[in-house]
Amino acid sequence: MSVGILGTKLGMTQVFDETGKAIPVTVIQAGPCIVTQVKTIQTDGYSAVQVAYGEVKQKALNKPELGHLAKSNCAPMRHLHEYRLENPSEFQLGQQIKVDAFSTGQTIDVIGTSIGRGFAGYQKRHNFKRGPMSHGSKNHRAPGSTGAGTTPGRVYPGKRMAGRLGGSQVTIRKLTVIRVDSERNLILIKGAIPGKPGALVNVVPATIVGHK
Amino acid sequence: MLHAQEIIRSIEAEQMKSDLPIIYVGDTVKVGVIIQEGGKERTQPYEGVVIAKRGSGINQNLTVRKVFQGIGVERVFPIHSPQIENIKVLRRGKARRAKLYYLRDRIGKATRLKQRFDRAL
Repeated sequence: MSVGILGTKLGMTQVFDETGKAIPVTVIQAGPCIVTQVKTIQTDGYSAVQVAYGEVKQKALNKPELGHLAKSNCAPMRHLHEYRLENPSEFQLGQQIKVDAFSTGQTIDVIGTSIGRGFAGYQKRHNFKRGPMSHGSKNHRAPGSTGAGTTPGRVYPGKRMAGRLGGSQVTIRKLTVIRVDSERNLILIKGAIPGKPGALVNVVPATIVGHK
Repeated sequence: MLHAQEIIRSIEAEQMKSDLPIIYVGDTVKVGVIIQEGGKERTQPYEGVVIAKRGSGINQNLTVRKVFQGIGVERVFPIHSPQIENIKVLRRGKARRAKLYYLRDRIGKATRLKQRFDRAL
């Protein structure tokens, strides 16, 4: 468990590496995040740090929110996020977390919200095969059978059907940092990440099974 | 805070080449490709007709076609790649469309394009 950083997805482009290969990258503008609360086992029952990101006008927040941020002398910020930590005492209120926390070549996980696709059918949502489009067929994008007949006499829970697709939290694991620009608070990450440009993303060091 | 496209364009601008000639579809070009050979670098020329231009910004590509030993060869070059040392326009050709894929179906004399002289080399 370690502290990550919150950021905004800006979009994708490509960069050439030393060997001349084109690498697809996603540009993220991340941080600076400000530590707004340090939670310890004694006071809160668990240990974590809470960080704020995304400056907004003062009128966008209500009094309790502003009061909470004022404790760490933080400007009005839209997003708060907690990172569970073993040892949160290394962090003080008002401390800034910047993109320098990451380095080129590091593996990271990116957590974001996928693009919402509304009410989607079987093919788009669950990759079902479709029926024949011609030769008199009227079964184009229908689901087929949803189960047996009189026994069990019901559709089993969890049967894949049409419904809302996207707009859910997605973690893309083990992405590589290609470049860190601390002047402009930018991180370039190899590959695609969830959401559209402008979406909030959470960049954390990769959690690898067997490592702490 | 969000001027996403400006930031992305400035990242691309760092690697984009400014000394490239203006290339049109139908031109005959000579592309110098850097190749690694046993730890040594050398430039290999590749000459042919530009039959398509694709992409924009740093992702701009040229499809260059030539006939080598009776076999049509097409290579796609990302023109801003560091592997491309230089591009030289040898001849301006007259083309009435943006993609000259019809040249693939032609052989011999029929693949020639008329030269045009109103565009400087």
